[in-house]
Amino acid sequence: MAPDDSGPARSPSPGVSRRPAQSAGEGSPEPRLRLVALRSALAGPFDLSLAAGTCAAIAGPSGSGKSLLLRMIADLDPNEGDVFLDGRERRGFTAPAWRRRAVYSAAEPGWWHDSVPPHFPPGAARELARALMPRLGLAATLFDSPVLRLSTGERQRLALIRALALDPPVLLLDEPTGALDQDSTAQVEAVLRERLAGGTAILIVTHSPEQAARLGQQRFRMHERRLESA
Amino acid sequence: MNPILLSPFDVAIAAVLILVDAGLSLALRLGLHRQLVWAALRMVVQLVLVGFILRTVFALASPPVTLAVVLVMVAIAGREVAARPEQRLGRFGNYAVGGSAVAIATFLTAILALTTAIRPQPWYDPRYAIPLAGIVLGSVLNGASLALDSMLGGVLRERTAIEAQLALGVPFYQAIRGLLRASVRRGLLPIINQMSAAGIITLPGIMTGQILAGMDPLEAAKYQILLIFLLSGGAGLAAVVVVYLVAFRLTDDRQRLRIDRLTAKG
Repeated sequence: MAPDDSGPARSPSPGVSRRPAQSAGEGSPEPRLRLVALRSALAGPFDLSLAAGTCAAIAGPSGSGKSLLLRMIADLDPNEGDVFLDGRERRGFTAPAWRRRAVYSAAEPGWWHDSVPPHFPPGAARELARALMPRLGLAATLFDSPVLRLSTGERQRLALIRALALDPPVLLLDEPTGALDQDSTAQVEAVLRERLAGGTAILIVTHSPEQAARLGQQRFRMHERRLESA
Repeated sequence: MNPILLSPFDVAIAAVLILVDAGLSLALRLGLHRQLVWAALRMVVQLVLVGFILRTVFALASPPVTLAVVLVMVAIAGREVAARPEQRLGRFGNYAVGGSAVAIATFLTAILALTTAIRPQPWYDPRYAIPLAGIVLGSVLNGASLALDSMLGGVLRERTAIEAQLALGVPFYQAIRGLLRASVRRGLLPIINQMSAAGIITLPGIMTGQILAGMDPLEAAKYQILLIFLLSGGAGLAAVVVVYLVAFRLTDDRQRLRIDRLTAKG
């Protein structure tokens, strides 16, 4: 999986990422991510504005449409309405280019190779992934073991690293700590906070009110496929 | 080349074997006798009917009639390909995919053989065109059917893996590449097996038929080799057409995996 066009500049350091100021400049009124009447036959409409470096947490019962929302933003499901990244319309990006900027990490990650390394593009991203592993409590040797031998929690953290390794401006995380214990959850949150400090906008689905309180500047509840402020 | 002609009585003697099978089924309570006799009767009626039709079509020697016969054969094979998988592509996708793959592969392969290798005069002489299209169709049907089944089943099974790649910005055709390869491979396996077993484990049907009909074994072998090449070409072409048509129908202008276009058989 080699990127086919220019992604955002990648920083080799594992945690904090610095990306060049957007065309609008620092402190511009354009939010990093903006949804305008985003909807499909199954959910919405959704309106949301997320500034650079902020996190919105979404709670709500299973089947209420939380994953649908994240998938629609990533353009994985058919949808209508507008999505903007730093004021740029989504349809101005090719679909792969958009998904590398608004990266969706599913609650149940998929794997397409027997071993771990091919899941990371060779080069800077793979090095970044290796460097992130110890930060999330993963032994470096796991990188060379078969995917099938990893535990659920290890797979979940590796899937998160897959998304982080692309260093995207927007992260769409579906229960990234659902299978993790308290310590691992704290490690994940520490890395996410560094990304927030670097300007990334994060939309996170979580069942934990504590996690929502710790990370989310904005907090929402999904109710019958609509978003309500919590 | 003087074929030994069979009289109806000669055939009837062989039919005794079917009765023996049926008797065994009764004696051993296998419950197969009815099915067995029915299938044998069907086979006889079908083949005699086809013999009569071919005799008429050969006598007519009319290109439109020849084309119509081949098109009917292609349509039946396309339907078989479409009906096999457990899943259905929306808007009669299975029929569109099966029909076009069978038609493209059969026509290309048969026309290539008729205009370059076998070269009857004229090249569309029904005595050559129809049997050749028929034997190529058999192989094309196999290849297309296995490839389609592998694609539709595989895309459901590997959905999370494909979507995980899409979510990371991998282009659609790259994300589905592994499945495309596996499906083409599956479509080609029978013909590869047939090639490696040819002559050692089985004496291929065409060669056997031509030897029985009085042809020199080496000449018969050459014919068989040519035909097996054609069969491989047809099966490979059909499998490739199937996987790309299916992939095309399972995605859209935003490179999504449109699993919603797939429904279970019912």
